[in-house]
Amino acid sequence: MNNIFVYCEVTEEGLIADVSLELLSKGRKLANELNIKLEAIVICDQIQNIETQLYPFGVDVIHIAQEPRLFPYTTLPHASIIINLFKEEKPEIALFGATSIGRDLAPRVASSLRCGLTADCTSLEIGDHTENKTQKIYKNLLYQIRPAFGGNIIATIINPDTRPQMATVREGVMKKEHFSETYKGKLKKLNIEKYLKEDDFLVEILERHVEKQKINIKGAQIIIAGGYGVGTKENFDLLYQLADAIGGEVGASRAAVDAGLVDHARQIGQTGITVRPKLYIACGISGAVQHRAGMDQSAKIISINNDPKAPINKIADYTIIGNVGDILPKMIKYYKENSK
Amino acid sequence: MSFRIVVLAKQVPDTRNVGKDAMKADGTVNRAALPAIYNPEDLNALEMALEIKSKIKDAEVIVLTMGPPRAAEIIRESVYRGADKGYLITDRKFAGSDTLATSYAISLAIKKLAPYHLVISGRQAIDGDTAQVGPQAAEKLGIPQITYAEEFISATDKDITIKRRLERGIEVVKTPLPALLTVHSSAPDCRPRNAKLLMRYKYARTLTELQEETRDYTELFDKRPYLQIDEWTVADLNADVELLGLSGSPTKVKKIENVVLQQKETILLTSADKDIEGLIKELIDSHIIG
Repeated sequence: MNNIFVYCEVTEEGLIADVSLELLSKGRKLANELNIKLEAIVICDQIQNIETQLYPFGVDVIHIAQEPRLFPYTTLPHASIIINLFKEEKPEIALFGATSIGRDLAPRVASSLRCGLTADCTSLEIGDHTENKTQKIYKNLLYQIRPAFGGNIIATIINPDTRPQMATVREGVMKKEHFSETYKGKLKKLNIEKYLKEDDFLVEILERHVEKQKINIKGAQIIIAGGYGVGTKENFDLLYQLADAIGGEVGASRAAVDAGLVDHARQIGQTGITVRPKLYIACGISGAVQHRAGMDQSAKIISINNDPKAPINKIADYTIIGNVGDILPKMIKYYKENSK
Repeated sequence: MSFRIVVLAKQVPDTRNVGKDAMKADGTVNRAALPAIYNPEDLNALEMALEIKSKIKDAEVIVLTMGPPRAAEIIRESVYRGADKGYLITDRKFAGSDTLATSYAISLAIKKLAPYHLVISGRQAIDGDTAQVGPQAAEKLGIPQITYAEEFISATDKDITIKRRLERGIEVVKTPLPALLTVHSSAPDCRPRNAKLLMRYKYARTLTELQEETRDYTELFDKRPYLQIDEWTVADLNADVELLGLSGSPTKVKKIENVVLQQKETILLTSADKDIEGLIKELIDSHIIG
């Protein structure tokens, strides 16, 4: 069996993006289960310490393509390199971030290779499949599990006959974890002249403004999230105060963002960020499926809501019935009195 | 030669408004209760096409939609808002197509409309949220793609400049034509229906729809041939049926689970001081907060 490939995005700061490190972490586990190797693809201009950045995640081979015109990302040259590399290496599985880059690139690659691609997977597993009609048995397929239909159904997708089995996964869905601090792989420089043609560079970037990510909701262990029910910006300030006191970040539902109570960068849910903190305090959030899809993996959930029937209460460990404006100050007060 | 813009639009179930009445007793979605709507980002795409048309001499906007016969509604909605013409790609043989098979069928339809300058679609459809058909169609057509377009900047008959919306910023890019754009929801909303166009196209129908009408439209259609919405089938597209539907789709659905609200016992508390203090102490004791 061939190997697992992960396309690694390079950030403005010359680091491998978190989403790619998360995919490498997941890729290592899948590779162990299938007893195959994990390979990374890095396409960039300049990059420092690529080996020390990637080997601890259990990467066996780094394929690197370096050329000034390969950063910032444009579709065609990156697609050409990957399509040609995949034709040679015939990966078993190929994973991409479900980011503005990955969701631009992966479909183009899949179309060219005529292989199956599943967008926005929330879980990846290995399993077998028996084809109903022919009774043909497929061993060790990649189960690509994702919400569909606005988050109202969860579908398990497989690609029985085409390779690579391709999937994109959003940032924050998989856990980023080192496999071994002493792991050593090898670095392969790609002969990109062979892969690229001049036409690949016809699309020009005239202007570019990309900010560093300021708010780190995804990495927060404690999230205090507000919904439309918070009501006012003044009440939202209480969320920030509680976050400051107990060391968390403030998140929001789409309704709160749409109402102008909070910045879009803090939106959690299917069209925002997916989070899995150890504590999620939902304030005045009713809990539409789209919101729950982005937070229902939280270890502990507290819902503060004056509606005892709010759907979010059903997935909450604790439900406090009452007003956000009354309850948050009490939580801050008792935290300060009781913390050591 | 006119500047031809092809818009890709899809009719979708309105998954954003799954209200209480759309939920069955077991907590799963009753799909039949969801209204069929114009995919929201495809409306942003139509608007961008109409804006470009207004700024370029001799431009035309042609809408393509693929779906069951009732998706002709998408064509009517498009011409009411200013599109020049539309085609409905419809055939039972398309059923079960995944994004790869769909992009194959759509790319054949676009090729039938050659020479074209631009193909514009929404970034993604709300029933699947895959955002794959646009880039896959661009690959099949062998043209560049500009995804997440937010603003039209300028165009000539050889190139177009577009502002893109990225996760953490923007990019202004220039691409030679023909090219495919996918439009982000942050782009301008679509203009409303135009009253004159609504009158003009009120009776626009596909042949399939005409067969179901009790009224005889023959005379009307002879006088106003623009009322006929053309339907394209697999045969019209010269498509290889092996590359369509289930056989042309490398992805297979192994299992579908309806999301049901988990029934987990929640511990109910009030806003009384003793309840809040007890909860905070418990969180501290279990090291959830420090």
